[in-house]
Amino acid sequence: MRHITFAEAIREALMEEMESDPSVFLMGEDIGIYGGARGITKGFIEKFGGPRVLDTPISETGIIGGGVGAALSGLRPVCELMLMGFSAVCFDEIQNMGGKWPFIHGDAGMKVPLVIRGPFGAGDGGVEPHAQCPESFFMHCPGVKIVLPFTPFDAKGLLKTAIRDDHLVLFFEHDRLYATSGAVPEENYYLPFGQAEIIRAGKDATIVAASYMVRPSLEAADQLAKEKIDVEVVNLRTLIPLDEETIFDSLAKTGRLIIVQEAYRTLGYAAEIAALAAEKAFGFLKAPIYRVTAPDYPIPYSIPLKKIYFPSVETIAREVRRAVNYR
Amino acid sequence: MITKGLTLKLYETMLLARRFEKRMAELFQEGDIPGAIHLGIGQEAFAVGAVAPLRPDDILLYSHRGFAHCLGKGMSPQEILAEYMGRKAGCSNGQGGVHLANMNLGVAGVSGCQGGNHVIAVGFGLAAKMKGTDQVTACFFGEGTANRGTFLEGVNMAVLYKLPVIFLCENNLYGFSTSWDRAMATPHITARAKGLGLPGKVVDGNDVLAVYQAVKKAVDRARAGEGPFLIEGMTYRWRGHHEKDPGTAYRSAKEVKAWKKKCPILRLKRAIVAKKIAGARALYLLDQKVSQQVEEAIEFCKKSEYPTMGDLKKKIAYYDFKPRTWI
Repeated sequence: MRHITFAEAIREALMEEMESDPSVFLMGEDIGIYGGARGITKGFIEKFGGPRVLDTPISETGIIGGGVGAALSGLRPVCELMLMGFSAVCFDEIQNMGGKWPFIHGDAGMKVPLVIRGPFGAGDGGVEPHAQCPESFFMHCPGVKIVLPFTPFDAKGLLKTAIRDDHLVLFFEHDRLYATSGAVPEENYYLPFGQAEIIRAGKDATIVAASYMVRPSLEAADQLAKEKIDVEVVNLRTLIPLDEETIFDSLAKTGRLIIVQEAYRTLGYAAEIAALAAEKAFGFLKAPIYRVTAPDYPIPYSIPLKKIYFPSVETIAREVRRAVNYR
Repeated sequence: MITKGLTLKLYETMLLARRFEKRMAELFQEGDIPGAIHLGIGQEAFAVGAVAPLRPDDILLYSHRGFAHCLGKGMSPQEILAEYMGRKAGCSNGQGGVHLANMNLGVAGVSGCQGGNHVIAVGFGLAAKMKGTDQVTACFFGEGTANRGTFLEGVNMAVLYKLPVIFLCENNLYGFSTSWDRAMATPHITARAKGLGLPGKVVDGNDVLAVYQAVKKAVDRARAGEGPFLIEGMTYRWRGHHEKDPGTAYRSAKEVKAWKKKCPILRLKRAIVAKKIAGARALYLLDQKVSQQVEEAIEFCKKSEYPTMGDLKKKIAYYDFKPRTWI
């Protein structure tokens, strides 16, 4: 199978969906003439024209509020946030408008088929608030789906599904993943939401991770294999909806659960998965559930400090050993 | 040119809103309506006069004081009151509450956080332009929310993209308890709109005929593709911000009394009699008719069923993302 980068996979998904559905259009800052801050939409304005590749002012509430209005009108906007951390600026538009409008107004058939996509996470030298991981905030917003692809295959298949979905979808593209390559079929395909991937099979412990965090989790699993600890790694793909079946089937098999999250510790997806495990799979646990996360303070700028701050191969491996050696 | 028939129609709609809202206040006191209600008694001329030039397929985003607007757009007192009373017959099956909508009549709703309409309107405007319809979007707001950043973002984008959006400012001099001069350094919204390239006009918001004429021009202009326009109507709310606020702590009885003398309904009634459009007897019968209509709606709603869990399930189907749950 051919290999393309994560960035190319996103480009292809946007291109194909725009070609097949005239109601799909893009709006965002610097996405037209410039081609997007990460270059994702280079050449789109030449192909599709200005109205469908709409360069906007620096107006996040205008972009996302506009996206909600256009979606309520039956179009399928894909709004780019230059950084997903900027979602703080348009939280009302995402949470109260995009998520709740169909419920509180409740007119039959109202829906918000809107995708908000953009980069997030700590890239090279990234700093607050640009490098933050705001995905878990939106797990508390009814009506919002949350997608975090890890591979180029995930990125293309999940973005195509997101554009055809009738809900507000937040699509998080990790800055460290854009240049990574992977196998992506030439044929048209869509990946369903709520289906995690067992990206590495194992029997002693389960690591659950999303987006870029899957990579150090896999590396930790490789390292632990040398110590005869056989680790299963689950690539979540979507946080909402969450694939409990894959996570807890794995936990039932291994009896140990380690959740890796790049964001701050408190009330992230790791906490939600841990709570679900305690409620639903308590009897299968051979050890406490351990979370490997960033601490509850902002991201430091200095590179050596940043290395300590984020989950790493070492800290992930340490927590797996702790679970395996419990009792 | 405003025909006799239209004049009478405007009168009837204003009177219906007045009779309806007065009874809403009583129902609220009697405990038939939970939560909060925001009445627009005294402001009917701007709402009714500005909605009247709209076509059924034009989009209405009303402000939180939106009864007259929704009645003017053709919603029935039943579907509004039943919604406020949380009954199944309400426009949102009694599950949305204060957010009224009926897309068959172009009533799209209201942002819960006031001032959100400015950016939602951009989306509806963009959609009309992209779909090539000649629908106009009417974006109502109070002068208080022109102080939000969404006003700048929404207006700038509407002007920039020449969208068919009419901004309709109900300047009733107070945002809750805060008088305009304690919130703004310039008296009129049109003044700041001018700086954004949005043409506008201040009208006597209690003169329904003047409002109708000004808004009609703006609607025709927008429909012809000439871009957005702002009409700012100077008016006054007789009651408090909501029905738990007596509205006396921040304004004098003298001021309220002076504005009550400028009653928009009485004003039109006098003009109708003076111009011999209808006689006092006919107007009395009209009043009887709308009052009867309101009483029938109340009787209907009081007997109307509450929604069941089964009704809720239909509605929350949109919110069920069908996650693969475990056990």
